[in-house]
Amino acid sequence: MTEPLLTVEGLQAWYGRAHILDGVALTVGRGEVVALIGRNGAGKTTTLKAIMGLVERRGATLRFDGRDLAALPAHRIARLGVGYVPEDRRIFADLTVEENLEVGRQPPRPGAPAWTPDTLYALFPNLAEMRGRRGTRMSGGEQQMLTLARTLMGNPSLLLLDEPSEGLAPLIVKQMAEAVRRLKAEGLSVLVSEQNLSFAAAVADRACVIETGRLRWTGSMADLMADEAVRTAYLAV
Amino acid sequence: MSFLLVQALSGLATAATLFLVSSGLTIVFGVTRIVNFAHGSFYMVGAYVGWSLIERFGTTPAGFWGSVAAAALAMGLLGAAMEIGLLRRLYRSPELFQLLGTFGVVLVVQDAAAWFWGPEDLLGRRAAGLKGSVDILDQPFPLYDLVLIGLGPLVLGLLWLLFNRTRWGTLVRAATQDREMASALGVDPARLFTGVLFLGCALAGLGGALQVPREAVTLHMDMAIVVEAFVVVVVGGMGSLPGAFLASLLIGQLQAFGILVFPQITLVLVFLFMAVVLVLRPHGLLGRAEEVPPTAPAALTVPLSAGTAAHWWALALLAALALVPLAAGDYAVILLTEVVILALFAASLHLLIGLGGLVSFGHAAYFGLGAYGAALLVKHAAAPMPLALAGAPLLAGAGALLAGWFCVRRSGLYFAMLTLAFAQIAWSVAFQWSAVTGGDNGILGVWPSAWAAGKAAYYWLTLGLCGGALWLLRRAAFAPFGYALRAGRDSSLRAESVGIDVRRVQWMAFVLAGTAAGLAGGLYAFAKGSVFPTLLAVPLSVDALVMVLMGGIQTVTGPLAGAAVFHLLWSEVMSATDWWRLILGLVIVALVLVFPKGIVGFLAGLRGRA
Repeated sequence: MTEPLLTVEGLQAWYGRAHILDGVALTVGRGEVVALIGRNGAGKTTTLKAIMGLVERRGATLRFDGRDLAALPAHRIARLGVGYVPEDRRIFADLTVEENLEVGRQPPRPGAPAWTPDTLYALFPNLAEMRGRRGTRMSGGEQQMLTLARTLMGNPSLLLLDEPSEGLAPLIVKQMAEAVRRLKAEGLSVLVSEQNLSFAAAVADRACVIETGRLRWTGSMADLMADEAVRTAYLAV
Repeated sequence: MSFLLVQALSGLATAATLFLVSSGLTIVFGVTRIVNFAHGSFYMVGAYVGWSLIERFGTTPAGFWGSVAAAALAMGLLGAAMEIGLLRRLYRSPELFQLLGTFGVVLVVQDAAAWFWGPEDLLGRRAAGLKGSVDILDQPFPLYDLVLIGLGPLVLGLLWLLFNRTRWGTLVRAATQDREMASALGVDPARLFTGVLFLGCALAGLGGALQVPREAVTLHMDMAIVVEAFVVVVVGGMGSLPGAFLASLLIGQLQAFGILVFPQITLVLVFLFMAVVLVLRPHGLLGRAEEVPPTAPAALTVPLSAGTAAHWWALALLAALALVPLAAGDYAVILLTEVVILALFAASLHLLIGLGGLVSFGHAAYFGLGAYGAALLVKHAAAPMPLALAGAPLLAGAGALLAGWFCVRRSGLYFAMLTLAFAQIAWSVAFQWSAVTGGDNGILGVWPSAWAAGKAAYYWLTLGLCGGALWLLRRAAFAPFGYALRAGRDSSLRAESVGIDVRRVQWMAFVLAGTAAGLAGGLYAFAKGSVFPTLLAVPLSVDALVMVLMGGIQTVTGPLAGAAVFHLLWSEVMSATDWWRLILGLVIVALVLVFPKGIVGFLAGLRGRA
């Protein structure tokens, strides 16, 4: 068995003095889409941020493509081919669509799909029509598309996708799911955090269920959908 | 008519230099959110380096322009070094530390420049190939100034292209908005910011080197230009390049014509203009409204407790201090008199910073107003000492009443800039209005009445008055007024919602602090027998900040200890050397580097680890 693309073991993370993650462990294989599922405040966003080096983390094994991420700052992790798409979108509002994409641009990477603004405009036709527009004048769905496209400009081999369906209209959610499937088909590996089970079911191969900073259940997405007890214990609101 | 045109043109030439320097300042602020006090130092050293190079190579046009470019480049490298060595560690610090840390650099650079180039003013060679003048409506106008006038818009255009048409500029704008997101996209913000400091300081150096043919290079250039650049940046809107350009043009004209109409108060005009603009357009001419982050000292607050035994300790200390003259000699008594006066001065500033979260960068204004108030009463009205001492806090309080009304309208950095502006106004009045204030020569012969002429007697008088004032300040801190002030500091919105008129409380605090500082100033005038404009100047304001900082911001007794340590250090160590600026600057830089989150934050960190 080859080594997974991403291996996380014993991940501990803090916000100031608040201990958020307590020993999270998960893997993402090459070409695999893994859903990180949990309620609000379970630690999904913090897990992704901790992998990316955006929150204080200690004592973890973080291996990506044979490299140790634990001591690296965010920009070095990004340059290894980890793409991070935040849940709160955080597009650069003063910059145009084109300029936002430019900020994300990195050289092509062997073993990962290479993107250009044109191929991304083809993937997200809405963006093509507003390439000169500033981020302040875009809808939530358009901003979400732009955030994803901006990260893809870095030609990542692993995508950390934080709650892509949150706060979006059903039609846009469908487009998002379609986009994620397209990315998988292109050979990208994805770790996507979600509360929305149907979205996760539509895109993911495997699921990891997180609750109060610990991983509670891991298995195939299909098994999770079949296991009423697990869903009730960790996901029912 | 033609005379007015030439005057306007010379205003434009001034504006060009002003824009070069301010554009660098505003770029650095826009990206790093640090107001770089040392920006003027890069201008000054740029002028010195430019002078040396032009003396050596400036006989040909190529040599002249090459020297100017080399000076700018050198300043850029120096700025990048400062970013790596100092600023990088201060991005998350309270703004007080950022201002102080960069001011420490100002002091160090002043002594370094004096060491390299000597204290004499240096007259530079005129620009090769541009020595002549052209006739404009029969009035001669220097050719070199015409070139400068063209250079302003050219640099503005180039900067616009750099920020809007290059990848580097796009990345800088992105990192300015959201550093963390930019780094998650693979952008190294640290390197970007080093580059921004390079650019900003190179612009300052360029402005300095270009001044060599126009005016003498002196050791006073740094503060003069940085204060003007502050005004330009604040008037134009902090972080806005077109705003800086527009404001430079306006202020250039204001100076060119102001000198014709009010030659005595050109400096005051500029600051009045800024005050008016800020009241009418709080974010500057072309600035954008942005949410003001809570001032960082407030974020690191630890609760202030009155302490049940505090007043017994205070009485014991007072009794011990009162006994000193019985045992010690005159020198010790004089030293202690000054310490007690400075303790009141520092405590009054602490009221603003520690309790109000209001970082004043011009608190010396009220100390100096008090000193001048007392001295003027003695000199022009032949007032006896008690009357003069009563007048000192009144004049300072009146000044604080007026300045405070403007200052408390803004918070954070704008507040600091406004207090600085008013201190500069007060300083320039004292400096320029020679007929009344004696100008640079000050006022001499301000001696105490006969009954208080003895060193010990004056010490006891000082101790009594300062002790009383300190007791009042402490009472105020733990009165409802003090709690309201702290509430406004911690969350002005929530304080408003429970019915506290935050602005009014802050205004009152400003007046109270100014009045107390005025009493200290009046006592200081009689202790020294003379007053000088330096008593109102920025360095003294900074001294007070250092005293408050040394003692710790969140304790009421801290400023007292800080004043004692600072003054002893000053009179015992720094007065023994010619390089006191270097030492003080290094002390300040070390202080902010060792305690980047403030001394209280440092202690809280220790406690958290234990």
